[in-house]
Amino acid sequence: MDDKTKIRQLIQENVSKKKNTTDKIMPRFFLLMAFVSVAATFGIVATLITDAAKFFSQVPISEVFSTKLAPLNANPSFGILPLITGTIMTTVIAMLVAVPIGLTAAIFLSQFASDKMRKILKPIMEVLAGIPTIVYGFFAYSFVTPMLMKIIPSLGAKNALSPGIVMGIMIIPLVASLSEDAMNSVPDIMREGALGLGSTKLEVTFKVVIPAAISGIMASIVLAVSRAIGETMIVTIASGSSKAFTLDITQSMQTMTAYIVEFTSGDAASGTTGYYSLYAVGLLLFVFTMGINLIAQHISKKYREEY
Amino acid sequence: MNQETNYARKDSRMMMKDINQKLPDFKVNSERIARRVKLNNFLKHVFSMSTLFAIIVLAVLLYRIGADSLGWLNLGFLSRNLSIFPEKAGIYGAIIGSVYLMLIVIPVTTILGVSTAIYLEEYAAKGKVQDFIKINISNLASVPSVIFGLLGLTVFGRILNLGSSILAGGLTMSLLVLPIVVVASQEAIRAVPGFLREASYAMGADKWTTVRKVVLPVALPGILTGSILAMSRAIGETAPLVVLGIPTLILKIPSTIMDDFTALPIQIYYWTLDTVLTPEYANLAAATIVVLLVVLFVMNSAAIIIRNKFQKRF
Amino acid sequence: MTNGISKNENIVYDVKGLNLWYGEDQALKDINLEIEKNKVTAIIGPSGCGKSTFIKTMNRMIENIPIVRTTGKILYHGQDIFDKSVRVEELRTKVGMVFQKPNPFPKSIFENVVYGPRIHGIKDKALLMEIAETSLKSAALWDEVKDRLNDNAYGLSGGQQQRLCIARCLAVQPDVILMDEPTSALDPIATFKIEELIDSLKKDYTISIVTHSMQQAARISDKTAFFLMGELIEFDKTSVIFSNPADKRTEDYITGRFG
Repeated sequence: MDDKTKIRQLIQENVSKKKNTTDKIMPRFFLLMAFVSVAATFGIVATLITDAAKFFSQVPISEVFSTKLAPLNANPSFGILPLITGTIMTTVIAMLVAVPIGLTAAIFLSQFASDKMRKILKPIMEVLAGIPTIVYGFFAYSFVTPMLMKIIPSLGAKNALSPGIVMGIMIIPLVASLSEDAMNSVPDIMREGALGLGSTKLEVTFKVVIPAAISGIMASIVLAVSRAIGETMIVTIASGSSKAFTLDITQSMQTMTAYIVEFTSGDAASGTTGYYSLYAVGLLLFVFTMGINLIAQHISKKYREEY
Repeated sequence: MNQETNYARKDSRMMMKDINQKLPDFKVNSERIARRVKLNNFLKHVFSMSTLFAIIVLAVLLYRIGADSLGWLNLGFLSRNLSIFPEKAGIYGAIIGSVYLMLIVIPVTTILGVSTAIYLEEYAAKGKVQDFIKINISNLASVPSVIFGLLGLTVFGRILNLGSSILAGGLTMSLLVLPIVVVASQEAIRAVPGFLREASYAMGADKWTTVRKVVLPVALPGILTGSILAMSRAIGETAPLVVLGIPTLILKIPSTIMDDFTALPIQIYYWTLDTVLTPEYANLAAATIVVLLVVLFVMNSAAIIIRNKFQKRF
Repeated sequence: MTNGISKNENIVYDVKGLNLWYGEDQALKDINLEIEKNKVTAIIGPSGCGKSTFIKTMNRMIENIPIVRTTGKILYHGQDIFDKSVRVEELRTKVGMVFQKPNPFPKSIFENVVYGPRIHGIKDKALLMEIAETSLKSAALWDEVKDRLNDNAYGLSGGQQQRLCIARCLAVQPDVILMDEPTSALDPIATFKIEELIDSLKKDYTISIVTHSMQQAARISDKTAFFLMGELIEFDKTSVIFSNPADKRTEDYITGRFG
């Protein structure tokens, strides 16, 4: 019997003896793990809904949509509108910073910058995106606010403007990188076609690239909005906790996220209406951000250009 | 379709008419071209300004934090425990807390996350259920972190009665970064070329052997990169921990995962909040930020090195 | 696996009335064909004729595509490979496969060759080394790689990679080797080396090769099957197919009138 036959027999013996037990067990294990991961989503929704329901059963809906928010008063009131205006204010300010700067940075990076520049600039953007929000919060409170106070003397130590701006800065890399991806995915032939007709790069950008990449750009802006709404630490630190219903960006105000942080760290006793109000606000926040994300997905799917 | 071509034809006919009307006085207008080029160059600089702005902000931020921490960041600061007196305060407890947190987050997220990714990519029948799970997980990634805090507070803090212990914090944080690990691992597994799986199956390997011996080793760098990035997110995240109700001043160094704890970002938060009363807390916060940023820098560099080293092998 | 049904020891594969569908589209229609021991059987035909589908059915690799459905029998030494008692792992150990594009694992040359023996439970280092050497020698690659067995397989040239894949396939000492256009990604010199190799392998193994090159089929095969639109048009000795085909369509194809 030669070596080859010997090896053949050995291997075929092993194969026919082998039972594929692990091969049958592993998929079940993986399925279980996947189930746990998915259960987390439902866990969030279930948690929020159960406790939010208790809130809504205790507080009349007319009060919820009022402008008076005073959860810790002897006679508490749970009007949510101050939190919504607070959230809208900081989000709008952040968008005013992030969208123009993020988009122009994306245009520069994808259309004008040389490869060498891009290699240096992109990692810097990534660093900016990787800085924890708590650091931006510190920056807003200890640097941006005092600086702005020199320009606007009436600015409060806690205000909506400074965290709004810093939030915008934090979001720049998100807008820039997603929009840049969208612009880069416009095929070169479209670009070259327009350049070949004697267009300048600027004209190519605005007449060819941006129209072709518009869905990706829109999606990046929508995602940025969702990010701004959900951002917590910057506003918690730099905008204070005034619950007044106001549109004055120079004064203290509170966002939905900051309300949640303030109330939990303030040891809200479990079972009180105040405690359940956290979940109501959380649910609202969840619905907002989820809705916005679905819109973003819809935009990028529906208007995806087929090249 | 037919209608469209009709429109197109009409359009082009009108265009031709247009052009014919204009043609007699059409000549290359060099002045106009010069203007266009000028505008191009001008706006190019405007655009580069925005990129520059981002860099300047980063520089100012780093400079401010560096300057504030100067003189405060030293070995004593790293090895001392918390104190209400700024000169005596240190972040040893917070460092230990963050390390403990990672000791929970890393195994939990890698086991859950990589397994989920393997299931979705290798085993799940491609179809509606898989799409549903996929959408769920990617949506989970964009839920604000503070909501994960609420989930942790209810499920781990109250229902499982873990309070604001390391275990509660670690599990909450794990859920927060789980989607990142899942999505990154899925991408890494999907990037393993089908011909490698084919080669393994053709050798008589069963699915699990193929996954273990071929798919996972090839996908490992991608999985690792994603996991490191997820960990760096977890180490800097503050809101969920605050919502869990981590006490302001923890003087005891945690020794088991059931102990209360503080972590680097939490410490930054509390010190920043109290700078009105004690201005030196700003320096302590800045010094802690430097430590946090150094840790993040090391982690991200590792991720980038792994990514570059193993990019495009086929 | 010998249950006496096989009337002839020399018949390795006996395909009987094989039909195959991708969803609604029928890709193979009533294929009947015998593959003989220690012969090279070439399968030719224009692209889309089902030749690749057919060869991937012989080791059931086609089942990796979920929508595939088959009827009919493929008897391997008398045993129907679609029978419930047949495990694909076992079948594929006996029936190896070499693919169109070289597909070594991103591991060392050595690890590539011993992949099969390892996953099938051989742990002995010395034996693995012996297997690696024998297989690489059989694949005519030993002399080129013996000093760098621990280098990554992707450092090899395309032709070397394909011979490595053949060595990897030989390492488990299969009975049959299926080759799916093994030289279509290679240059003429590498192709020539593979063809030489096929010729030297047929004394130990039964080989079935899909090829889009009629010259290749004529050079290396003993028997040739001509497929057209999912049907087996003609199956005969290679010399007959290329000199005196019975079917007009075969003649048209080999004389280059279509395909």
